[in-house]
Amino acid sequence: MITSGVLATRHDRMLSWEWVEGHSEEIWERTLEHLQLTAWSVGIGFVIAMAMALVSLRWRRAYGPLAAASGALYSIPSLALFAILVPFTGLGFRPVLIALVTYTLLILLRNIVAGVDGVPREVVEAAEGMGYEPWRRFLAVDLRLATPAIIGGLRVATVTVIGLVTVGALVGSGGYGAFINDGLSRNFSTPIIVGGGLSIAMAVVFDLAFVLLQRVATPWARAGAHR
Amino acid sequence: MGALSDTNAPIGAIVRGGRHSTSRLPEVTAPAIRLDALTKRYPGADADAVHELDLEIPAGEIVALVGPSGCGKTTTLKMINRLSEPTSGTVEINGRPARELPVHDLRRGIGYVIQHTGLFPHRTIAANIATVPRLLGWDKRRIRGRVEELVDLVGLERGMLDRYPAALSGGQQQRVGVARALAADPPILLMDEPYSAVDPIVRARLQDELLDLQRRLHKTIVLVTHDVDEAIKLGDRVVILNVGGILEQAAPPAELLAEPASPFVADFLGEERGLKRLALLRVRDLTPGEGPVVEVGTPVDEARALMERHRVDWVGVREGDRLLGWRWGTDLDGTVRAEGVRPFRAIVTPDSTLRSALDGIVGSLTNVAVVVDDEGAYRGMVRIDEISERVR
Repeated sequence: MITSGVLATRHDRMLSWEWVEGHSEEIWERTLEHLQLTAWSVGIGFVIAMAMALVSLRWRRAYGPLAAASGALYSIPSLALFAILVPFTGLGFRPVLIALVTYTLLILLRNIVAGVDGVPREVVEAAEGMGYEPWRRFLAVDLRLATPAIIGGLRVATVTVIGLVTVGALVGSGGYGAFINDGLSRNFSTPIIVGGGLSIAMAVVFDLAFVLLQRVATPWARAGAHR
Repeated sequence: MGALSDTNAPIGAIVRGGRHSTSRLPEVTAPAIRLDALTKRYPGADADAVHELDLEIPAGEIVALVGPSGCGKTTTLKMINRLSEPTSGTVEINGRPARELPVHDLRRGIGYVIQHTGLFPHRTIAANIATVPRLLGWDKRRIRGRVEELVDLVGLERGMLDRYPAALSGGQQQRVGVARALAADPPILLMDEPYSAVDPIVRARLQDELLDLQRRLHKTIVLVTHDVDEAIKLGDRVVILNVGGILEQAAPPAELLAEPASPFVADFLGEERGLKRLALLRVRDLTPGEGPVVEVGTPVDEARALMERHRVDWVGVREGDRLLGWRWGTDLDGTVRAEGVRPFRAIVTPDSTLRSALDGIVGSLTNVAVVVDDEGAYRGMVRIDEISERVR
């Protein structure tokens, strides 16, 4: 109860609606920052992970080292990684973007490779036997059948990144984390609740959006149900 | 070639199960596929998977490659559409070496049906069937028309076209696989253990459907199977391979069963070779005799004389073209009456196999199988010695 006692020193309630109303514009700006950072991180991460996956699928021996490197990056605590990057990149958007991109790599790489590996052998063989060129087969068959795994990877990566973006505010990347920093520095609970709550809400919205996307993108997955 | 397959074929011609018979006809067409000293050794293996295989596959025939696992039958098949490249030797398709054709063009011209169907789970039935026409760049309307035609051909409902493979039964999926392979009307069809994943009842039906399709389409079909009975049932020729891709014997099934070239072949063909040969022959291949049969109302003396001539102690009773049944010789007096006749146990049609005729005979008191046509009209009788003569 000590915490709430401290937090309550400046305002009587945990959540001040006056503050929320007075900051509606800033909330909208922070939302856009949060979305931007998330989208760029996952987008760039996906492009790099796809390239790594293509290399891994073409040369199987590359997969181990690439997965290990992504795993090593993933294991660095986010705050530590920001601190390492800041001397090179300065504060703000860039160090956070770089750090967040590295966090998506392991999840995305693993899911893309596992998805393509999971394509039934006889399906690939049938495609070859019917005269698909290799690249065309990869796009139209392998990658298409790996969609559920790939979307699953994007879902986990996106939800993870939305959470981590809040930490990025410590090095000045903006987003909902800025509210949390503000609240912590002023012992004021409202921005902390607003920042944290909106971040959670955004994660939930994206999680559901990916579930929906999964359903729309893989209509065949439900075919077995009404057999 | 198909002319012999219709039901008006003269009795005595070898027409099995309505399929076209090539065994009696002179070779008029060049082989569709010729394998010449075809050899495959996988990297790191110390023996050939396929060893200097020479084989000619005549156009319009079903050739079944059969053998134990490790006999290279699937590898041989895959060298035809170059899913596997030979270590040495050549594959010629319609007189052209397969390696001279661009590999994708070659494959688009050869239908391919595989184990577990290999249907694209993410595509509807219509899109699955349309695969090769789409690769060939046909326009949409032509593709749609062809897809509908194929669905009818393989006996699926058009309502299934917009469903996904997972919604279909194993047998239906297999039919889609065949329709997909036939989509661009390739002259050659390769089938790799096509029925191994379906249950025996469905398998038997799919096999019959393939023979029925082949009667209409006259494709050159190379079929790989581990099931020698399937090879005998489907193949115009059966090619038996031994471990290491060594050719043991290539012959029409009846010849194979009659004269296995080696103890390996005899062993591989298994028990009951005589019965298997009978399963390849039809009642129409025999000339059923009139049998000891009299019209209702015939005087007993006449009936007795007929029984004497046939050396039997019973007589069949007919009324017009209907055979009513039979009665013991001791059971006759006055004239032959219709009342109280015993029914014949073994009743077959010209399409029945001699095996099923024999099966009926062994359970009967009269030791004959009665042949009736599709309308039930009496066509004659087959005796057990006439059947055994065919496999002697």
